[in-house]
Amino acid sequence: MEMPIPNAFVIDRKADIVARLQAVLAPDAVIHEEHEVRAYECDALTAYRCPPLCAVLPSSTAEVAAVLKICFEEGVPVVPRGSGTSLAGGALPTADSVILGVARMNDVLETDYANRFIRVQTGRTNLSVTGAVEEEDFFYAPDPSSQLACAIAGNIAMNSGGAHCLKYGVTTNNLMGVTMVTMEGEIVEIGGAYLDSGGLDLLGLICGSEGQLGVVTEATLRILRKPEGARPVLIGFDSNEVAGECVSDIIKAGVLPVAIEFMDRPCIRATEAFAHAGYPDCEALLIVEVEGSDAEIDEQLSVITEIARSHDPVELRESKSAEESARIWLGRKSAFGAMGQINDYMCLDGTIPVSSLPHVLKRIGEMSKEYGLDVGNVFHAGDGNMHPLILFDANKDGDLEKCEAFGADILRLCVEVGGCLTGEHGVGIEKRDLMGDQYDDVDLEAQLRVKDVFDPKWLLNPAKVFPLAATESRRAA
Amino acid sequence: MLRPQSEAELCDAVRGAEGPLWIEGGGTRGPARAAKGTRLSVSGLSGITLYEPGALTLVAQAGTPVAQIEAALAAENQRLAFEPMDHRAVLGTEGTPTIGGVVAANVSGPRRIQVGACRDALIGVRFVDGRGDAIKNGGRVMKNVTGYDLVKLMAGSHGTLGVLSEVSFKVLPQSAVRATLSTAGLDVARAIAALSAALGSPFEISGAAHRDDVTLLRIEGFEASVKYRAERLQQLLSGFGDWSVDMNAAEVDATWRDIANATMFADTDEDVWRISVMPGDGAAMAARLPEARVMFDWGGGLIWAGVAPGTDLRAALGDFRGHATLVRGAAETHAALGTFHPEPAPLAAISAGLRAQFDPRGILNPGRMGRTGAHGG
Repeated sequence: MEMPIPNAFVIDRKADIVARLQAVLAPDAVIHEEHEVRAYECDALTAYRCPPLCAVLPSSTAEVAAVLKICFEEGVPVVPRGSGTSLAGGALPTADSVILGVARMNDVLETDYANRFIRVQTGRTNLSVTGAVEEEDFFYAPDPSSQLACAIAGNIAMNSGGAHCLKYGVTTNNLMGVTMVTMEGEIVEIGGAYLDSGGLDLLGLICGSEGQLGVVTEATLRILRKPEGARPVLIGFDSNEVAGECVSDIIKAGVLPVAIEFMDRPCIRATEAFAHAGYPDCEALLIVEVEGSDAEIDEQLSVITEIARSHDPVELRESKSAEESARIWLGRKSAFGAMGQINDYMCLDGTIPVSSLPHVLKRIGEMSKEYGLDVGNVFHAGDGNMHPLILFDANKDGDLEKCEAFGADILRLCVEVGGCLTGEHGVGIEKRDLMGDQYDDVDLEAQLRVKDVFDPKWLLNPAKVFPLAATESRRAA
Repeated sequence: MLRPQSEAELCDAVRGAEGPLWIEGGGTRGPARAAKGTRLSVSGLSGITLYEPGALTLVAQAGTPVAQIEAALAAENQRLAFEPMDHRAVLGTEGTPTIGGVVAANVSGPRRIQVGACRDALIGVRFVDGRGDAIKNGGRVMKNVTGYDLVKLMAGSHGTLGVLSEVSFKVLPQSAVRATLSTAGLDVARAIAALSAALGSPFEISGAAHRDDVTLLRIEGFEASVKYRAERLQQLLSGFGDWSVDMNAAEVDATWRDIANATMFADTDEDVWRISVMPGDGAAMAARLPEARVMFDWGGGLIWAGVAPGTDLRAALGDFRGHATLVRGAAETHAALGTFHPEPAPLAAISAGLRAQFDPRGILNPGRMGRTGAHGG
């Protein structure tokens, strides 16, 4: 992965820069020894590593502002970091950069059930936001699969989704306000515990900007009352086409399930061997979950099973209890682990129009043969977000490169059928060089101009999201 | 008046403009707030480009009448879930509401509290910036984090960053049954407390309003579910009074359409303001406007207020968390008080910076959203 040549002037000044940062932070909040900064050399995209100049762990918004002010004055690139769970390399450092981690800022600042919001520091993990409101039977809806570890800061940066987006939306639909520090070190408040913006929707612009427009230190998040219950139905089919039609028919029937998950045969076989969830050996498997009281769930599931039956399923298993629900979800939740048992894998994240699912799966199957690499597909079928898992052997020469080329071809296919490169993981460095496949120069230029407004010196996470060639003149300026 | 028939012609019109452009869709927002300049109508760009009911996706050219889109959706038993407002009643205007106008103003009705605003349903845009370049962002899939989200930025930008040419939506199924629960006689604070209790329940409230002494809740879904939820809500809220349940579809829809369109302010000479606050602040805010006729939507978080012409409502409210927009008032009042809530200086600077980038000549609806900055004209 090509990264910009580090600024030698910054690296030469490391001692001075560290001293300035130490002057505004607690003694243990500046990590600069060579053996210590290694902890920050990568995120969850572990194929790429580079130790940063240093890492800082401020404890307050004011400290974040002080850090950014110094970095702005010194011309030091800053890479914001939540929990480092990015699969796209969103928090990958450069040798001349300061990692700004918000992990120490994880307090709940305000909880308000009457007005249905919680305000937190953004180092707080996704799951512990729900944890803070669970005793009142509330929850925070976006649920990325890394939710045990991932921070709200990263969720906002990547506009993270999860399995339940079809009903509840992604981060941007559940974010009401932020406290953000600009690269110059100015603290700004955007939005709050009220709806919509009185001016331009800057909140919507910040969310999903991959830490390139500012560092978000506090967030006001919408919380919801938990549904009375939820139960899934498992449906197996002998063809991907029929499974796709079934999804479409369920949606057209006026039911809005909270999740529609799809697994293809390679994935079903792998998870079955690993988790023994009792899945049928079939071409395609759907898990459709609905919410409500027991009677309401029955009502919705009866509509869904009737549609499913009209498509002649090989298996139809409606959950009647919490235990049966857990068993149905067991395989799906083990899917990534199961694939990981077989080999190293790369997880992709493209989105496609649901109607092109059969075509896309067929093409992926053909490409799999061409590349000689196996691939399993897990898919949020309700919203078209695919997660093809390509198996490769990291110890085999050239296998990673082959896998990356295969992955890029799949993502180009997603764009070709009217979809996009990434549905919930973000661009980071991973898909940076494919941006030109989705957007032309004019489209990209409009986005670069936005960054010019927020970060004129291009110091915040500068080597991400856009092809390096497209940003070179700005980064060099 | 310029009336391009295609995006390419729209590009030419903007590129060739020698002065300010006053951009309009169907012209339902009235002339009072319009900037001076050459009228540029987007109504020539009309038609549904793509509709896939099974994928909950609809793409339309910006000048497409909302009614045409709603009819196409209704034929498949689907809808624009955010309930776009029709401004004609409150503004006393004619014309045809267009989907581009809805997006440009990010207008959302009562269901905003459940399913989000127009901007939340919007998944893709094409627009022409002030240079005359056609730009796309987002697309036709509902999960998309590829690059910056200019889709949200365009929603509610009132044509000051670009002229929309095409918009894509996530649509949702129409509900089988809808019901209104109502009770009368609650004071504002008690009414909002009742709405908050309902919204904090698991019963998926899709409308929560208070007007003319009546407190209203809407629930939707399959018939058995709606009946069950109505009963549970009656129990839950019994401390606030007896709640009657109306399940007559035509009546329910008429009630909430009235609320969405703020028709209680039609045909009066008041100035009309729209104030977004934290629901719990709603009663206190209304108390600062003792002379106003008010209606609460969004569980108390949206206050519609009718006040004497020329009233500086923001001055009457004083400091508060939220924003107040002048929806209806004389041109002089818009000019004197500003249509939109003043932004704090750092945000105003960012907004001005964005406008300067997207519209360097300052020709797109100049002055429409703010009185200062790059668009001083």
